[in-house]
Amino acid sequence: MFFRRFSLTIYALLILIPLLIVVLTSLKTIQETFRNPLGWPESGFQFENYSSIFQEQTMAGYFLNSVIVTLFSVSLTLFFASLIGYGITRLNNWIGNLVFILFTLGMMVPAQVSMVPLYSLMLDFGLTNSLLGLILVNIATTLPIAVFILTGFMKTLPKELFEASTIDGAGNWKIYTKVAIPLSLPSLSATAIFLFVMHWNDLLYPLLFITDNAYKTLPLALLEFQGEYSTNYPMLFTGVIIASAPMVIAYVFLQRYFVAGMTAGAIK
Amino acid sequence: MKTSKSIYLFFLPGLFLYAIFFVYPTISALFYSFTDWDGLSSSFQFVGIENYERAFTGDTIFRKTIGNNLKFMLVVVVFQTIVALAFALIVLKNTKTTIFLRALYFFPTILSSVSVAFIWSFIYDPSLGILNQLLELIGLEFLAQNWLGNANIAIYSLAITQIWFHAGQMLIIFVAGLQAIPEELYEVAKIEGASKWQTFRNVTWPLLAPSATIVVAYTTIQSFKAFDLVFAMTGGGPNNSTEIVATYIFDIAFRSYQFGYASAISVIFMVIIAVITYLQFKVLRSNRISY
Repeated sequence: MFFRRFSLTIYALLILIPLLIVVLTSLKTIQETFRNPLGWPESGFQFENYSSIFQEQTMAGYFLNSVIVTLFSVSLTLFFASLIGYGITRLNNWIGNLVFILFTLGMMVPAQVSMVPLYSLMLDFGLTNSLLGLILVNIATTLPIAVFILTGFMKTLPKELFEASTIDGAGNWKIYTKVAIPLSLPSLSATAIFLFVMHWNDLLYPLLFITDNAYKTLPLALLEFQGEYSTNYPMLFTGVIIASAPMVIAYVFLQRYFVAGMTAGAIK
Repeated sequence: MKTSKSIYLFFLPGLFLYAIFFVYPTISALFYSFTDWDGLSSSFQFVGIENYERAFTGDTIFRKTIGNNLKFMLVVVVFQTIVALAFALIVLKNTKTTIFLRALYFFPTILSSVSVAFIWSFIYDPSLGILNQLLELIGLEFLAQNWLGNANIAIYSLAITQIWFHAGQMLIIFVAGLQAIPEELYEVAKIEGASKWQTFRNVTWPLLAPSATIVVAYTTIQSFKAFDLVFAMTGGGPNNSTEIVATYIFDIAFRSYQFGYASAISVIFMVIIAVITYLQFKVLRSNRISY
């Protein structure tokens, strides 16, 4: 019993201490960080890092870009994937199975495999340095997992519901919006959270396609602070806190859904 | 009952984007892998299997990269799975404390790799970092290290960071799998007088195999994809000691502009992942018993 408690506490501290260090360091000056890297801020909390990061960087712009890219990527991926899931469920024949297999194969392919040709494709289309470009690529790369989860869920819904609506003369669009979507809400919300975390934190595609400051998202901007601030950890950690804030706040309130969502892809 | 033909329209938007931005680039990676394209000029030559020959025989860095990736994968898969399973068994029952602890352990998963990279660069910092200071405090200062600067251990430092990052997520998958095991089986084991180990070996483990398969397969793929973390923490250095396949592809393609060669490595990369995933499923499936 003691050993169990002890291990649980150690693991909890391994998570909490680094997070506490991040918060405390962001409230110190660089001089103090070098003098007293791990202790409590000696001269009280300093909020200068927060004001200077907003002065020196276009933080609001990066933040807005991340919000736009994430919102559109998540909602459109969900929309398109649920259409496909509904289609596969209703067809229930070899064409539906083929579509399903085509998407699930995509889950096996790491993004780094296609990044080289994808880069030249984006150049040809003029989709580099564009939020639209990021959104389109995000949708294409997360459709496989979203189709996989949503189709799996929709297939468990009783067929009779769809068939009864068909007899009543409802078209596919109507059945999709009035029956399939409302019944799939648990699965849709879990997938939404999974996609939110993924798109909000994505580094690879902004790194590949965005060079103009006006279109950078938070993870890319954060990465580049490293070049600018080097070992100025107070500034870096201030950036970390601002970039993570929306996810952390959402996590605190929607914890249960996060846990369900982030494991949905693995459990289904 | 037949549904109307309009159902095919439901596939269109998704299939269209998937074909253009995913399927086409993936297939053309195969095509470019037989060329000497630099990614910039409009013309290129077919070079047959030259790129593949170079990858397998001439390129010592690539060989090192594969080795690094396997080391990283092994350490992460073994230790992360053990940590996740051991703690899942402790926080299995739903109480206020365990629900809170599960949420806490899961927390790092929602952070971005760049954030995690910054946090751990600070922890590992030779002069400011908590790790060396802690070692000094408990009288083990001879173990103090330049954790990311020492080519012999940097890859393991990265593996520890990866475990911190994702063990909580795997723990949750194990908890879900364990909670699905019917309580009666444990009661039967108890009545029959089975020891704790016997119960684990004969009840828990066989029924846990599906979640274990998922965790191991997922962790393996994650450790191959750890691009962001490596890129932000060490950039593959020092002296290529933390270069993994994903970061190496990026370097060849976008720093030395050898798109043809980078495509060949991408194709090899995909094959390696496919083989490992297939083998794992085979091994773990054969372990499976259904009641």
